[in-house]
Amino acid sequence: MSSIPTTVPAVDAEAPDDPSGGRGRRKAPRSERARAEARLGWWLAGPAFFIMVAVIFYPVLQAFWDSLFSYRLTAPEEREFVGLSNYGVIFSDPVFWSALGVTTLITVVTVFVELILGFMLAMVMHKAIKSTRGLVRTVILVPYGIITVVSAFAWYYMFSIDSGYINNWFSWVPGFDGQLNWFAQGGSALFVIMFSEIWKTTPFISLLLLAGLAQVPDDLSEAAAVDGASWWQRLWRVILPNMKAAIMVAVLFRALDAFRVFDSIFIMTNGAYGTEVLSLLAYRTSIGRLEIGLGSAISVVLFLLVGLLALIAVKGFNVDLAGGRGGRK
Amino acid sequence: MSTETLTPEEAEGQRRARRAKRNTSIGWWVITIVVAVWCLFPVASILATSFKTPGELSNGKFLPDNPSTSNYEEILVGDSQELFLSALWNSIGISIIATLIAVVLATLCAYAIARLDFPGKKIVLTVSLMVSMFPVISLVTPLFNLWRSIGLYDTWPGLIIPYLSLTLPIAIWTLAAFFQQIPWELEQAAQVDGATPLQAFRKVIVPLAAPGVFTTAIIAFFIAWNDFVYGISLTSTEAARPVPAALAFFTGASQFESPTGAISAAAIIVTIPVVLLVMLFQKQIVAGLTSGAVKG
Repeated sequence: MSSIPTTVPAVDAEAPDDPSGGRGRRKAPRSERARAEARLGWWLAGPAFFIMVAVIFYPVLQAFWDSLFSYRLTAPEEREFVGLSNYGVIFSDPVFWSALGVTTLITVVTVFVELILGFMLAMVMHKAIKSTRGLVRTVILVPYGIITVVSAFAWYYMFSIDSGYINNWFSWVPGFDGQLNWFAQGGSALFVIMFSEIWKTTPFISLLLLAGLAQVPDDLSEAAAVDGASWWQRLWRVILPNMKAAIMVAVLFRALDAFRVFDSIFIMTNGAYGTEVLSLLAYRTSIGRLEIGLGSAISVVLFLLVGLLALIAVKGFNVDLAGGRGGRK
Repeated sequence: MSTETLTPEEAEGQRRARRAKRNTSIGWWVITIVVAVWCLFPVASILATSFKTPGELSNGKFLPDNPSTSNYEEILVGDSQELFLSALWNSIGISIIATLIAVVLATLCAYAIARLDFPGKKIVLTVSLMVSMFPVISLVTPLFNLWRSIGLYDTWPGLIIPYLSLTLPIAIWTLAAFFQQIPWELEQAAQVDGATPLQAFRKVIVPLAAPGVFTTAIIAFFIAWNDFVYGISLTSTEAARPVPAALAFFTGASQFESPTGAISAAAIIVTIPVVLLVMLFQKQIVAGLTSGAVKG
């Protein structure tokens, strides 16, 4: 009895491989199959891949090429090769440095606040009791799905001196005269801009963190609780270290997203009073003033900065994006 | 009966457990209400503004004194009708087409990634990741120039093509994650049970894959619907200008009237589909966004 099971599977395994044939004959069809699979793979994945490459890489190369010329659409016949001097113009312009500073400020502040707020929301979504879970997740998805421009208008009208009521609501606060024109100076304008960005994009970061939270084994936290760890200790020693990958991915994605902030500022101040950011500067230079050469150079700088940020995150902090975002190999 | 057999201590313990449970439940409702107010307040604010008449805009209050639908009349049947309705039509058409193309191509691509072994699989995923992080504004200048010279400026295809750079990467990632969770052995099992390959695919795989494809379509649609940079840069007239761009350039029916009320009404109308989709498909959207995300 005991000898049969050991021999039967061996025969089974041999059967499909046609044991009468030689090794060489067996190898050819297998690699043929692999080749066919690779071909089919590229037939299926190819169209999506090549569209992405075409839509991104062609314009990037074109932008780099255009950035080497002095080129205005208002005077196209005067187009001439100027080498890297457009970049010289940018880097010696204080407007660029101020836009870079404001962009960085918005990125750092919003990502930091959103990480804390987003983690709290993720906790709420994760732990919510059954009767409120659906409701809580639905309302959190509303800012996620809403149009950024709509969100910008909502916050703008709330604070605006013409149609707002926030001044009225908070006029009791000592030292606040209730007549503040929020969009007439950089500080208060940036406050509202960042507020609206945080409202709109915290749900995204909280969903990424929720995914990480779901990866933390419950029994680990429970075991720590049994061992007498406080809630705070469990959070810092068990939960957060176990979702480090998720936090890194969330921060990187949001930081790159925040770095290209455009919509809210366009609506609220259009870059006035020191709220200019890099995206708006690029837009105004090329689409507004039709200076294709200079605008392309700003686009290239912005693209390189985003690339650098991603590189630092991936290499410096070991953010495993491919592994971390669900791709197996 | 059960209370009679319990000792007083046990009964007290049970009561305490029940009270604790009720307290956590009250606590959760409080938290839920706080979260709901935070998430819905700006929407409620612009909804309230949309019912204010021009005279009431500066009343300094959240609610209008005499709610009026005049703003909705202006954009739906009044002077700004043409401007808003054409923008709405552009937004709906362009977003849906960009979503459909992206979902069809991404389904094929994600199927290959999940099921087949081919060289360059990792490159496809890496490139789609790079594309999704790309600053959109960097593409606008060259596209603006190119579109003008080949006649795509201010047309639907002129927006649909760049929208694919927004919708394709997220669709590929989300679907690849979905497809990797499908138990593909079921397909062979069905064939062993006598189903033809086509039957096995249609009856077993399609029902398993359809929810993922559908969810991906919603997420991709949100992203296309939200676009602003391409919308203002690559269009100039009502021929292709989508709603977010039209809102930004809307100046009101006459120069003496503030556009605030009309913009608010238009903002509410374009928010309705978002709220409906979120209410109907909350579970699927959360699953889609989290499964496309970290897997540890």
